[in-house]
Amino acid sequence: MAKPKLKAHVINREWCKGCGICVHFCPKNVLELDEEDKVVAARREDCICCKMCELRCPDLAIEIETE
Amino acid sequence: MAIKGYIRERFFPHIWCPGCGHGIVLNSLLRAIDKLGMSKNEIVVVSGIGCSSRISGYVDFHTLHTLHGRALAFATGVKMSLPELNVIVPMGDGDALAIGGNHFIHSARRNIDMTAIVMNNRIYGMTGGQYSPLSGYGTLATTAPYTNIDNAFDTVELATAAGASFVARSTTYHVQQLTKILKQAILHEGFSVVEVLSQCPTYFGRKNRKGTAADMMEYYKNNTTPVGSTAKKENPDLIERGVFVEKEMPEYCKEYDKIIERAMKESS
Amino acid sequence: MKNKNIKFVQGNEACVEGALYAGLDFFAGYPITPSTEIAELLSYRLPQKGGKFIQMEDEIASMGAIIGASLTGSKVMTATSGPGFSLMQEALGYAIMAEIPCVIVNIQRGGPSTGIPTHVSQGDVYQARWGTHGDHAIVTITASNHQDVFQTTVDAFNISETYRTPVILLYDEVVGHTRERLVLPEQGELPLVERLRTSVREGVNYHPYLPREDGRLPMSDFGGVHRYNVTGLFHDMWGFPSDNPEVVHDLIRHLVDKIRNNVNRIARFKEYYLKDAKCILISYGSSARSARHVVEYLRPRGEKLGLLELQTLWPFPHDIVDEKCINAKHIVVVEMNMGQILREVKRAVERPERVFIANRIDGVFITPKDIRDILRVIQGKGV
Repeated sequence: MAKPKLKAHVINREWCKGCGICVHFCPKNVLELDEEDKVVAARREDCICCKMCELRCPDLAIEIETE
Repeated sequence: MAIKGYIRERFFPHIWCPGCGHGIVLNSLLRAIDKLGMSKNEIVVVSGIGCSSRISGYVDFHTLHTLHGRALAFATGVKMSLPELNVIVPMGDGDALAIGGNHFIHSARRNIDMTAIVMNNRIYGMTGGQYSPLSGYGTLATTAPYTNIDNAFDTVELATAAGASFVARSTTYHVQQLTKILKQAILHEGFSVVEVLSQCPTYFGRKNRKGTAADMMEYYKNNTTPVGSTAKKENPDLIERGVFVEKEMPEYCKEYDKIIERAMKESS
Repeated sequence: MKNKNIKFVQGNEACVEGALYAGLDFFAGYPITPSTEIAELLSYRLPQKGGKFIQMEDEIASMGAIIGASLTGSKVMTATSGPGFSLMQEALGYAIMAEIPCVIVNIQRGGPSTGIPTHVSQGDVYQARWGTHGDHAIVTITASNHQDVFQTTVDAFNISETYRTPVILLYDEVVGHTRERLVLPEQGELPLVERLRTSVREGVNYHPYLPREDGRLPMSDFGGVHRYNVTGLFHDMWGFPSDNPEVVHDLIRHLVDKIRNNVNRIARFKEYYLKDAKCILISYGSSARSARHVVEYLRPRGEKLGLLELQTLWPFPHDIVDEKCINAKHIVVVEMNMGQILREVKRAVERPERVFIANRIDGVFITPKDIRDILRVIQGKGV
């Protein structure tokens, strides 16, 4: 199977509570919390689309869109 | 369908605290249901009272938010009255095993086909951090200021002894395993129990100095092991996760159908 | 009437016959004296018609199970006594709040606590009214003989389905265990109310908790095309929890008014010789049998005695009681408790100093002689 190619990190800022679980467990250190404690994809080019952030998000606030 | 298709979006963001494990259980449960491809109209989610039980309001199924501890009793009525429904019963640890402990063991004993999910955060969260039947000896809680002297249940052993025909455990760290186990549990014909270790960073975590939500999930990662692993032999303190029991047993509603058949024959 | 329709039964069995006639589909219960025969009989009879019986682990679970089953569209019932009725109170409140049709039978025995399980009492009248916490309205019906037990059981289902409310059938040990004749009506002879279901189609917004103008709420069964939330919390028209003061206010008014505004429709009573009665006995349940005996005995002996037998205890028919008693010199409430309906009658009538009680509270059935002895004292004829 070909590697999935990232389209976008779809982040729902209304729902994100800034718990930091996705940031902590991201294997490639792609994510971080901004000054409002909302998650942002700071290094999106490093993303390997493992989707662990999406699966572990307690707020259903992050989704990895692939091509 | 994307998992957003299974929720009532207008009630989001949900009421749970930042980092609460219950949201991850919700996340995994929706993925399990999505993978099973079930119709939303055939699913009933029955919950009790507490943080965990608010899950029912957020999902777009038939939802029944009942009384503290009594979810399984209400669910038994739903299932027995209309056995073609898939009944899922998410509960907290206090909800399922303290006030609802009797219903828990008797539902297991009957082997009625439903999926009981025990979202174990070892604390009463909704009321502000009192010790639960799964807090365990030596923990701190607002009602155990000098440390807790109550021993904890082992949910898996309890469910197994009570006769549940499917018993499993996972954690909010092991989301892929959790989704897979929830799928199996829902498909299993009989009473299924899935215990999910689910962090409460706000009360259990803070009281017991367990750090952030992510730290508590690191703990699940480092202190659990697949059921039957050699690691458990070397370190008995590790918590096993995986499927502990999966057996075929007569299911309650099917058995009652036979009663109806017999009664109708004898009375005609 | 054909002979096959006549049975010689216990009151508990008359209740079972009434429930089956009304279309009972699902029963959950837990054994307790003196109501157990209802569960026993239904475990035998229900599966014969494709219905379901389950013996739960306690009365709390029994109430939970019938509420769950009702939501799938079944007509449901449970039966219990004394301590079991206490255990049911929390879930009874749930059924009131979530507007779940269900019937709860309480065959009263002596209390408090384990009390006197095999003996009669009528001590649960107020518990039926106020046993569960919070403001609410409730429907409670009783009967004194088996034909009326049958009829009131059918009524209970009809009222429960009409108003989407739990209905309590508050019989007592003497009625439950006495054997007497019961004539079973043919199917179709008594009207039956079927559940009002929504006509809203799939894909169109269905508001499960938006009352129609007449206060009724069309239901949609679990498993159907409308997915909605049911909760014991105050909730909006979608069934979603709300603490909006307006929502809370409107819901509690709706729950109370749907019963209170129909008090005369729900009121069931029987009257004997009230027109010219100088002394009116008011009674209900088995004690009304003795009261009626007293009236029938003393009338030919020149005493202007009458009997108002109440079947609907809650909502208490204050206006009806007041009107019937307007010309009476003495009003004597005959009951087997310390004066529960007595209090309501005093609140209902003008000049409450006319109201007296004739009661027994020792677990022994009140006899006509007990009542006559008390009447002599009330009427100033000596002890």
